[in-house]
Amino acid sequence: MESTLVVKHATDFKRGIQSGISIAIGYMPIALTFGLIAKTTGLALGETVMMSMLVFAGAAQYISLSLLAQGIGVFEVILTTFIVNIRHFLMSASLNEKAEEDTVWARMGYSFGITDETFSVAATREGTVNARYMFGLNLTAYSSWVVFSGLGFLIGAGLPQTLQESMSVALYAMFVGLLVPSMKSNVKVVFLAALAAAFNSIFTMAELMSTGWAIVLATLLSAILVEAVETFKKGRGSETDE
Amino acid sequence: MSKEIIIMIIGMAIVTYIPRMLPFVMFRGKELPPFLQGVLKNVPYATLGALIFPAILFIQEDIWYGIIGAAAAFIAAFLGANVIIVVIGSISVLTLYSYFF
Repeated sequence: MESTLVVKHATDFKRGIQSGISIAIGYMPIALTFGLIAKTTGLALGETVMMSMLVFAGAAQYISLSLLAQGIGVFEVILTTFIVNIRHFLMSASLNEKAEEDTVWARMGYSFGITDETFSVAATREGTVNARYMFGLNLTAYSSWVVFSGLGFLIGAGLPQTLQESMSVALYAMFVGLLVPSMKSNVKVVFLAALAAAFNSIFTMAELMSTGWAIVLATLLSAILVEAVETFKKGRGSETDE
Repeated sequence: MSKEIIIMIIGMAIVTYIPRMLPFVMFRGKELPPFLQGVLKNVPYATLGALIFPAILFIQEDIWYGIIGAAAAFIAAFLGANVIIVVIGSISVLTLYSYFF
């Protein structure tokens, strides 16, 4: 009994690591570029790696560099980081719904590793997720992010330009790869993704708000709208049944 | 390392971690109303839509770059390829594209 439990735990952790491999590949060019830009912005190697280790949020880290380069103050950088990363609140709340009962410390531990990518992989996985799976997933993604940030600082420009450019599509390709299988089996997913994409395009093109808020609002609006329509339809359906 | 930068990094780390962590503490073991649960179940797919579009169009100055990359990924995924194959396939197609154009 004990040993089967140990085996099960080991498998969950291993599955997490396997699921993290696409993210690790996707992070490589972004982290390399981050390291490279960090160097040109004037950060030290230690500061660059420290930022990747403690913040672990690609978009916010890039934005902080461009703000630093413009000479914008520490407080504004922190505030912008908050606005850009507030979307993770929604992702955590969503993932919490399919998370198994682990200790609160375990959940607080793996919540550190929730990024757009780890969330997308965990949330579109079949069944529930537990701490062992999440730690495996996060560890793979995180290691790639931290290691390649440092390497980017040291060698970033070394990779062939063409390869660096084509690798910039990696994370988007992964998102498509996560979305399409669910689209095929569930028409609701098509509506959700298309509506959110449309809202986000409108907000972005109209320059009404920052990218972070645009994603939050587009996600919320379409998730609520689609749910409201479904509830309404179900309500009418049950009335006719009676 | 400069003290100011270190304070900035720690500040960034705190404001990034708190939104990620709070729901796991706040909503623990509580049953949310069904409508809210439904909305939260929709979130992953809506997020993916918003994360992909329109950002994928702007990964390069050449707008076709993103379109071709997305199309390659879409076709591979539609044919049932594993996510890693989708990623590598899309990268390969774009490497070919930039080699020829």
